[in-house]
Amino acid sequence: MEKKKIVEELKQKFAEKIKETSSDFGDDTVIIDRDFLGDIVQFLRQEPYEYTMLLDITCVDYLGREPRFEMVYHLLSLSEKHRLRIKVPLSEKNLSIESLASIWKNANWLEREVYDMFGIRFYGHPDLRRLFMYDGFEGYPLRKDYPLRKRQPRIPLRK
Amino acid sequence: MGPSHPAMHGTIRIMVELDGERILNSEVEVGYLHRGFEKTCEHKTYFNLLPYTDRMNYVSPLINNLGYVMTMEKMLGIEVPEKAQYIRVILSELSRISDHLTCIAAMAMECGAFTILLYKMKAREFIWDVIEQTTGARMTTSHIRIGGVRSDLHPGYEEVLKKAIVETRNVLKDVSGLLDKNKIFLDRTRDIAVVAPETAINYGWTGPCLRSTGVYFDVRKTFPYLVYDKMDFEVPLGERGDNYDRYMVRMREMEQSLRIIEQAMKKIPKSAAGTMAKGMEPAEAIKMSREKKAEKKIILSPNLEGSEKDKYQDILTKSKKVVVPPKEDTYTSIEGLISHFKFFMNEHGIRPPKGEVYFAVEGGNGELGYYIVSDGTDKPYRLHVRAPCFHVMASLEEMIHGHYVADVIPTFGSVNMIGGEMDR
Repeated sequence: MEKKKIVEELKQKFAEKIKETSSDFGDDTVIIDRDFLGDIVQFLRQEPYEYTMLLDITCVDYLGREPRFEMVYHLLSLSEKHRLRIKVPLSEKNLSIESLASIWKNANWLEREVYDMFGIRFYGHPDLRRLFMYDGFEGYPLRKDYPLRKRQPRIPLRK
Repeated sequence: MGPSHPAMHGTIRIMVELDGERILNSEVEVGYLHRGFEKTCEHKTYFNLLPYTDRMNYVSPLINNLGYVMTMEKMLGIEVPEKAQYIRVILSELSRISDHLTCIAAMAMECGAFTILLYKMKAREFIWDVIEQTTGARMTTSHIRIGGVRSDLHPGYEEVLKKAIVETRNVLKDVSGLLDKNKIFLDRTRDIAVVAPETAINYGWTGPCLRSTGVYFDVRKTFPYLVYDKMDFEVPLGERGDNYDRYMVRMREMEQSLRIIEQAMKKIPKSAAGTMAKGMEPAEAIKMSREKKAEKKIILSPNLEGSEKDKYQDILTKSKKVVVPPKEDTYTSIEGLISHFKFFMNEHGIRPPKGEVYFAVEGGNGELGYYIVSDGTDKPYRLHVRAPCFHVMASLEEMIHGHYVADVIPTFGSVNMIGGEMDR
């Protein structure tokens, strides 16, 4: 019961900034606008919610839908024993979002991974480079329009 | 250092800027084992991608299976029989022990204690004997299936498991005696790569590494799944968050895992009568079937496909749509054949409702989470894995900062980096 409360309170506090809430399959989800990500995350980090842990950042490519991309953040509150999902839709025209690397240190690598796989730009990120793929790799492999078996030319051996 | 350096396990590259032996700056480069796991999964059916999850953390494949399978079960909303839950608990605790054993073995070996490696590998062989007996494989098991498990525990598992528990306890005792107060080991691990609890949380650490800093968080306790809430076990915590604490927490956790296994062995429900029937080898069965008047009912031995219907009630959910139909039905009745085809045909099979779901289990390294987006078809629209050691490795640069080159080795060993899981 308490879990519902957090979503309700968020709704009251940030009334117009929250687009939608849901709890399908028991996962509490909040869909927000891109501009308010930092504010809401900072609010959630404080007492009494204490969502101090960033579990995961990932992205989903809904090709053919507008907005095409959706950023997905999973937060964990150790004191409330609760996980919260925050989703931020991103239009293909403006693929940039605020970086959380200054708030959570693991966001640094997580955002690099998302940039690597989806090509989303994070402004305020200290060092936005590819993480898993090599420099010189073309395209973003986890996008839906990247073919499964596409091959890329080999790059010369590094020294 | 790396990607293939004699003193490091796993493919990772650490570029270090040195002042003499002291590390001024470093950069960790990962991705040498990136296989496009998530992209591949988007093109496989829910049933077909299960074996791929084995290859993530290859030391504890059963926990990887479990994480994926339980995410799917949450999405499909299915209940698993109690016996299957106990089997899952036993198997995942065994995997956890083998994971910790491997981690400490590698860590100690790289510090020069080669004996530890041999002792731990010995214990791991006993553990894997149990796993092999039941699942038929040592590493790539794929034993835990959506809706239950592939087969019941082997009829003679108790004996082998008891032996494994005794042997593992002995090894743990030996290793404790060799390492706990060992001057060389202490010098290389005590107060090296100290991580404060706040930093650990900020980096998203979970599992033994987080607990070594003194933060109480274990998915098995905080978000209990399976029958963990019926088990009596403790969560060992560290104090300082250095390499030694990470070693110690892992050692203590193995003891707790053994306790859980012992309890589960006692509590596991007895099989239904059908499963107890003694089977026979194929040659014997064929011979008997040729006789005009067979003496007894012909039942194949339990691990051979063809006689599994009786066991299903214990180990698999009743929901027919998510479970491979029993082979005897497929071969003997038209309904069975149709349901078999419906299960394996393209765009049929397991089709969860539209939506997205996140579920996590306690893996060997921490919270192993799966995030699956379903669009209602038989393939996942998006599958993302929250790999626990990814977050730990993200902090390696900070951990080794200011230490000596030699300190990189035990630090790297103590966090248990698994390339398959991190790079996906």
